[in-house]
Amino acid sequence: MGAPEFLFLLQGLKWTVLLSAIGFVGGGIVGLLVALARTSGQPLLERGTAAYIALFQGTPLLMQLFVVYYGLALVGLELESWQAVAIGFTANSSAFLGDIWRGSIEAVPKGQTEAAKALSLSYVSRMRDVILPQAIQISLPATVGFLVQLIKGTSLASIVGFTELARAGNIVSNQTFKPLLVYAVIGVMYFALCWPLSLLGSWLERRIAAPTR
Amino acid sequence: MPAQPERADPLITMEGVDKWYGEFHALRGVNIEVRRGEKIVLCGPSGSGKSTLIRCINHLEAVQKGRIVVDGISLDDSARAVDAVRREVGMVFQSFNLFPHMTVLQNCTLAPMRVRGLNQAEAEATARKYLERVRIGEQAAKYPAQLSGGQQQRVAIARALCMEPKVMLFDEPTSALDPEMVKEVLDTMIGLARDGMTMVCVTHEMGFARQVADRVIFMADGEILEEAAPETFFKNPQHPRARTFLGEILAHH
Repeated sequence: MGAPEFLFLLQGLKWTVLLSAIGFVGGGIVGLLVALARTSGQPLLERGTAAYIALFQGTPLLMQLFVVYYGLALVGLELESWQAVAIGFTANSSAFLGDIWRGSIEAVPKGQTEAAKALSLSYVSRMRDVILPQAIQISLPATVGFLVQLIKGTSLASIVGFTELARAGNIVSNQTFKPLLVYAVIGVMYFALCWPLSLLGSWLERRIAAPTR
Repeated sequence: MPAQPERADPLITMEGVDKWYGEFHALRGVNIEVRRGEKIVLCGPSGSGKSTLIRCINHLEAVQKGRIVVDGISLDDSARAVDAVRREVGMVFQSFNLFPHMTVLQNCTLAPMRVRGLNQAEAEATARKYLERVRIGEQAAKYPAQLSGGQQQRVAIARALCMEPKVMLFDEPTSALDPEMVKEVLDTMIGLARDGMTMVCVTHEMGFARQVADRVIFMADGEILEEAAPETFFKNPQHPRARTFLGEILAHH
């Protein structure tokens, strides 16, 4: 395995990082809306988002990407593969993050909401100033854990034509006939992405929690 | 007799208020009038509906029947009426409910800035004034978890006062406190009463009731059974339930 192969793997790594970022940012924005709708107290919104979460948590991500890319093309909506992947990962991540954050919002003691209401704070201020800062702290371990899962899950994008890290590794391995070496290298690359995240997560937890303890 | 109030109309009126939690009838035909400047102590056995009653005044609980008017605002379920009432009504909870991720000062400036539209300097000046008043000014930069229970509850009182409310509701403010901290909170409340604040307190502190209350209201099973000046109520309770209740409470003091 020489420099060209290694560069090819780095190209794959770049896509893995990009896909993860899309999944996390898109999933984070939509997921926050899902979590807020899920805890809104409006029966229609709550039931709708519960169904959304159940649907995307209850089916494989592989199938979801397949449906978005090939299924939508069948009904005449042809998407570029990056668009399909962006939609698929956003939908899937938003269901998981939405549910994690829903649980965290509900884990903030009820007295906090009551105190905020008694002070006449609006819904927006109640959420932004009082509930979400505490919910984020509660959700950190699960959120970071999900992000790590998401990075590894991006390997599924290869089915709609993406050459991300795992797919790149597969190609290089087939060319060089050195699967052990190649997969050791991409293993190290995944680890180099995920481990610092876990460390960052525990550092954030300590940092945020410190003054309130 | 209490001092002559500035305005004759009552600050809080509850008329024929009924509340159910599912099958459970929590409040039964409650009628109350609180005049401006008046101090009222609500007492009764646990489950009698006294906490529910004061939580209805700022619409933390909705009622199914009856009329509640606070400072001339009729509490229907509209967000506008609810917000308007909550701006004028301060509340102190049994479990303090300070915001743990904010400093004492931030706890006190949040609502005045967000709701009253004060800028930070104005809000901090107000906050420091009231923190001094509850004698906790030097703790402004600390987080709630770094304070004792009594100090936290005094911060909670200051936080409510920063909104400059017309009435303060206290929901068993000393029940979650260690005995040695009860006094500092009661002293703060007595000071507040002396300054003329209108107060409705759910409490079992009968010494406080005797010293401060204009009226004691006794509740059981969601009903108001007796309403009297404290001397009358403690010396000569009329209702048999009130007699039993006082017997039990005073046996422990």
